[in-house]
Amino acid sequence: MLKLEARPQASKLWGIGSPLLALVITVIIGVAIFMLMGKDPVKGLLVFFWEPVKSGYALSELAVKATPLLLIALGLAVCFRSNVWNIGAEGQFVLGAVTAGGVALLADKSTGPWIIPLILLAGVLGGMLWAGIVALLRDRFNASEILVSLMLVYVAELVLSYMVYGPWKDPNGFNFPQSKNFEKVTQIPKLLDGTRMNVGLLIALFGAVGMWIFMFRTYGGFQLQVGGLAPAAAKYAGFSSRRALWTALLVSGGMAGLAGALEVAGPIGQLTPYVPAGYGFAAIIVAFVGRLNPIGIVFSAILMSMFYIGGELAQSRLGLPKSLTGVFQGLLLFTLLACDTLIAYKIKFSRSAGSQ
Amino acid sequence: MGGIDNTNLALRLEVKNVTKRYPSVVANSDVNLQVAPGEIHAVLGENGAGKSTLMKIIYGAVKPDMGEVLLDGQRRLIRNPKEARALGISMVFQHFSLFETVTVAENIWLGLDQSLTLENVREQTMRKAKIYGLDVEPDRPVHSLSVGERQRVEIVRALLSDPKVLILDEPTSVLTPQAVRKLFVTLRQLAADGCSVLYISHKLDEIRELCSHCTVLRGGKVTGHVDPRNESNASLSRLMIGAEPPKLQHRDVKTGAIGLQAKGLSIIADSPFGATLDNINFEVRAGEIVGIAGVSGNGQQEFLAALSGECTRAPVGSISLFGNDISKRNPRVRRAGGLHFVPEERLGRGAVPTLSLAANTLLSRASDVVGKPPLSWIWPKATATLAEGIIKRFNVKAAGPSAQAKSLSGGNLQKYIVGREISANPKVLIVSQPTWGVDVGAAAQIRGELLKLRDEGCALLVVSEELDELFEVCDRLHVMAKGRLSPSINTADATVEKIGEWMSGLWDSASTGAAHA
Repeated sequence: MLKLEARPQASKLWGIGSPLLALVITVIIGVAIFMLMGKDPVKGLLVFFWEPVKSGYALSELAVKATPLLLIALGLAVCFRSNVWNIGAEGQFVLGAVTAGGVALLADKSTGPWIIPLILLAGVLGGMLWAGIVALLRDRFNASEILVSLMLVYVAELVLSYMVYGPWKDPNGFNFPQSKNFEKVTQIPKLLDGTRMNVGLLIALFGAVGMWIFMFRTYGGFQLQVGGLAPAAAKYAGFSSRRALWTALLVSGGMAGLAGALEVAGPIGQLTPYVPAGYGFAAIIVAFVGRLNPIGIVFSAILMSMFYIGGELAQSRLGLPKSLTGVFQGLLLFTLLACDTLIAYKIKFSRSAGSQ
Repeated sequence: MGGIDNTNLALRLEVKNVTKRYPSVVANSDVNLQVAPGEIHAVLGENGAGKSTLMKIIYGAVKPDMGEVLLDGQRRLIRNPKEARALGISMVFQHFSLFETVTVAENIWLGLDQSLTLENVREQTMRKAKIYGLDVEPDRPVHSLSVGERQRVEIVRALLSDPKVLILDEPTSVLTPQAVRKLFVTLRQLAADGCSVLYISHKLDEIRELCSHCTVLRGGKVTGHVDPRNESNASLSRLMIGAEPPKLQHRDVKTGAIGLQAKGLSIIADSPFGATLDNINFEVRAGEIVGIAGVSGNGQQEFLAALSGECTRAPVGSISLFGNDISKRNPRVRRAGGLHFVPEERLGRGAVPTLSLAANTLLSRASDVVGKPPLSWIWPKATATLAEGIIKRFNVKAAGPSAQAKSLSGGNLQKYIVGREISANPKVLIVSQPTWGVDVGAAAQIRGELLKLRDEGCALLVVSEELDELFEVCDRLHVMAKGRLSPSINTADATVEKIGEWMSGLWDSASTGAAHA
């Protein structure tokens, strides 16, 4: 019989081993899914794990998708480490996209490249505004940040719809709900010609390093962590829980908004109702699979990006529904949560059940 | 009646070779215990020595890995507390399990056979209470009872089933000295009627006074079966901890300026379970240790939170540190002014369980190791060096500065936290329950450090439930009861009786008399 036995101390090994084991189990279940759907599992696995890395261009696409995931997940890691449960990064991402898009739409033929920092700033501020509402309601009225942030996702999506169906609709767009294409000058500079990779990737990678430094090497980050790990100890030390709440939400909102700005001024190039791609929700999984550690999150963002691309390819190559991406994401989080049991417990096999 | 080798003498309860292992600790290792009918048998040991596990095994709440329990010479498999009660084993727990909103009789009724009527239960309760002189009023709602009265209800409830064995777990930890006297009278009468009493405690004086036999546990093993009446406190504590605690030195020190002062401090409770502080006046001067005695839950928590800055609801001007109003200041500002605090909860408040000892220095010692703002850089080497120094100076048993706080035993973590605050060279130090759950050796060390700090001119405030401890280290004593603070009394002039009376809140009018303890 299987028995769980509490470990005297959390296992460091399983802290790293658990996401890897979760990935293995996800792949095994994935194989089973391919077989059940009558597809060759080897082909299926190749689509998800080989196609996205097999060429330079494939890798650049991987980076394009990983960039917003990484940015958002970094901010969420700060939140989750502070015990602030912001699950509405999607909404902050969308609002960042809207405000950034608004600035981008102001550009005309005579605008210089100085507009780009303004676009990014607008995105950051938009995300911060959206997360700030959550902080305000939590701070003033003790409203659950989980519910408020989630509900605000739908509000943000409606704001976006209103803009592209209404004031910002492209007059020459055959009545499609979308803004006009942004001016070329608003395009986030590309890293390599012939790819869609832009400087957003560099910003995200610098962000990961910066976040690591902030969380683990500065007193401000330490205060946030203590607030999350032991609220009474934070109170004892004199760390303000209100400040932690605001900091965590504004940082994560700003990061999500920045991701939104990079997305609309980058690969998308206009505002459409299809800006929300679920990055904000997927980033929650990215943050946890990456152990809320900025370096771990870089890797988990890449993994999650593979699922995105794999899902698209599975649709075109294997004729499988694109929602397979969501299935894999969910499976990964699900198995990760299960595998995390091994951090605090070890499995013991006892031969006889019941008796001593 | 010798309890050790009388196999021919009928034993009421016998525990044979019981072993219970938990993942990281062996709670009981080959434990034997023999209790004759009508015997008051002490089970002595420090926190974590395995007393509670042993009692839970006897009471059927924990299953032993090995060994057996015999009742009246018969081997019994006790699978749960219900079976234990059916066999005549009752237990009064340290934490009471009464419903506050209903009456005493209804509470007792709830735990009994449903075939009885409430009137039956009332009658039986009254009868039992009368026999043992336990004044219990069956119709009073439980929320109106004092702690001592509640314990009497628990005891009456336990007695209703006419137990052959009654287990009491640390029964005096919540009682005033007067209530303890009353309890002892009841227990002696019970024993005289043939009921065996298992009395769990770590208080040596009580055991020597009450018990005729004593089984001492240390680290899960039995270290002795003795007659406590023939033992001294020193010899018992040697069995309990394996060494005698070092003696403390008392010295008279001249006091200096007022360090911490509260003037007319009143704070209304913000939760139904909190205590309201009522017009507290108090001061502690440099070079003295002031103690606050009292049963916990009488406002100590709230008072300390107001002093430490964890609660800033104190009215403006009610708390001052060296003459500066700090009533609205947060703990960091107070710390910068020289006020340090050791809270009673170590894990989760005094230290973050999952962080290293080095990182835990940052809770209260950031000003010593963190760089200048705005970056406020953390230097890992500096925190490790600081932690290392505390570990060395205070003999903390830990794997090193990188050990997680929760990996330390309670006593060692307490030494670490006390050491962290003491080595900050505080001008005012507040310590709550300095030696709770700490072994006797470490307790003596901590008390010694507090005295040393006083001699160096620090103003100290010590809040403790252990009267002995307060008498040992304090120069002056206050008592806290029902949110009010008694006037101070010099320790030299104080007696246990007087402090005990004050614990019931009776200090301003000796004429009101009639302590209901």
